[in-house]
Amino acid sequence: MAIDWLFVSEVTISGLLVGLMYSLVALGFVLIYKASGVFNFAQGPMTLFAAFALVSLLALVPLGLSLIGVLVIMVVLAYTIERVILRPLVARPPLVLFMATIGLGFFLEGLAQAIWGTQPRGLDIGITDTPFTLAGVLISRMDLFGAGISGVLLFGLVWFFQRTRTGRALRAVSDDHEAALSVGIPLRRAWTITWAIAGIVALAAGILWGARLGVSFSLTLIALKALPVLIIGGFDSVPGAIIGGLIVGTSENLAEVFLGPSVGGGIKDFFPYLLALVFLWARPYGLFGREIIERV
Amino acid sequence: MFYRECGNYKATYKEDMAIFPIPLDKWGFFIILIFAFLVVPFMANDYWISSIIIPFLIFSLSALGLNFLTGYAGQLSLGHAAFMAVGAYGSVILYGRYEVPFLLSLMGGGLVAAAVGTLFGIPSLKIKGFYLAVSTLAAQFIIHWAITHSKWVSGGGVYATVDTPPLYIFGWLVDTVVKKYYVSLFIVVAMVLFGKNLVRSRTGRAWMSIRDMDVASEIIGVSQFRYKLLAFAVSSFYAGIAGGLLAFVYYMAANIEEFHLHLSFKLLGMIIVGGMGSVLGSFLGAAFIVLLPLFISRMVSSWGGLFPADLLANLELMIFGGLIIFFLIVEPFGLARLWITVKDKLRLWPFPY
Repeated sequence: MAIDWLFVSEVTISGLLVGLMYSLVALGFVLIYKASGVFNFAQGPMTLFAAFALVSLLALVPLGLSLIGVLVIMVVLAYTIERVILRPLVARPPLVLFMATIGLGFFLEGLAQAIWGTQPRGLDIGITDTPFTLAGVLISRMDLFGAGISGVLLFGLVWFFQRTRTGRALRAVSDDHEAALSVGIPLRRAWTITWAIAGIVALAAGILWGARLGVSFSLTLIALKALPVLIIGGFDSVPGAIIGGLIVGTSENLAEVFLGPSVGGGIKDFFPYLLALVFLWARPYGLFGREIIERV
Repeated sequence: MFYRECGNYKATYKEDMAIFPIPLDKWGFFIILIFAFLVVPFMANDYWISSIIIPFLIFSLSALGLNFLTGYAGQLSLGHAAFMAVGAYGSVILYGRYEVPFLLSLMGGGLVAAAVGTLFGIPSLKIKGFYLAVSTLAAQFIIHWAITHSKWVSGGGVYATVDTPPLYIFGWLVDTVVKKYYVSLFIVVAMVLFGKNLVRSRTGRAWMSIRDMDVASEIIGVSQFRYKLLAFAVSSFYAGIAGGLLAFVYYMAANIEEFHLHLSFKLLGMIIVGGMGSVLGSFLGAAFIVLLPLFISRMVSSWGGLFPADLLANLELMIFGGLIIFFLIVEPFGLARLWITVKDKLRLWPFPY
């Protein structure tokens, strides 16, 4: 069979663009994991929550104002989570915190749907989904826009963590809670900030994915898609999240198109997980994850 | 007064190894068994048995399986519902298509689930914690896809549903609710007795040592390979049996949609609320989670019943999530721990020193 290189590059490019959007979701996980050692399973419901809040605010006020409104909501949410859940659970095993975030996920999912209903809503951010051609390759405008926003946010966050005072404080906290406390970094504030940033990332992911797929329950599943990204890239690495996202986006697209027909299709849903399992054999801590050395 | 032992009077190994060291516990257990076998079928109406008590029993069994893996061996699993699905399809296909006797096909379904579970447990040898949790999620997605996309398993029907034919056990037709109740009760009691003894045995102690610190347990000679995989195998065997039972006596069909990721989380919620690392806890947690929606709808209807149904479902989600957080913060060992606290108080009463 002759390979149609144009088609291959089309599939690859759309995979890369979607991959960047996966990276964005994965980044939400990485940020919280790095700063507080918590694997936040509630990232998906947070995305849903943010997207629903945005849609309902958009019905009342213009885009700029409603963005600010949702930002405020996410910061308040972050503060509440820190106060109600994280503070009583300080110094408990990571798995306990993880399960607490599963509970939080259920709670947020129920809350979002109790307030805004279970009906899917459209989210119109003024981007048309007509593809354009570049050197003969079809590219979706929506994907390009999403990838652009993701790229800017990713770059901004890397800059924030490397260059600003607060960002460095957060990295110190992620290295060692006690050492960070002893040099005078307020742990509680650091956690609130991290969760607020994760909320903002959730909002961005909610906008991009909401505009693509509509705002509904299925947004929480996007977060599940981001988990193989984490495994491949490593739980505590920002570059890992980006590279992992690109690998997942590209490979699932290529696999669906070229392997899919021979096994009955629908392999997009689990292919990233399969890939992640393979990566786990070779690198148990992901491509860029920090290896944990255990001592008795 | 009769609940205490004022000192350690165990004189024989037999007494020391008894399941119930305190006589009242033993009698309590037998009374509950007699109650379950002789009183419940005649007291409760069909609705209660078929839609509350039977699911409670079966989910308890499944939660117990998850508890072996997560509560005793410390390996977090988010794919338990998928192993239930394997057991359900396995046993229904064995029974319906190959006409294997019911108990054997149930066993077969459990064994298939155990094999699949062990396969997905292999990564646990190399990775732990969150990485492992995510790789068990992989089981959920891959099994879901495999079942819906394999014609041989799903029979090519819509929604991959395989109906169960009428159920005969040794030529005895199980058709009424009470008969189904007895079938599930017998199987659940047998499996729980086995499980209770398993966790008191060398295997159970090995699991707990892995949970508490796997590096240390490896150093004192507990084979990680053997016991981690055994935990996955036993856990998914229980899940498979529970899934098969669920298909035969509750849903009357094996349907993949009943074994979603959501159920995996629900089972995890059960063992958190009930108590990690406790056989009793699996039952308390399952009872709690099965009764919760009922309780909420009763409460709402007593307030005036103005809530629409989907709001009720969401309220249930919120309360479920809130409860998980509440228990993790306030009582990390769950409802079972509360019972142990009461017991310890009773043992010393009335001279608490």
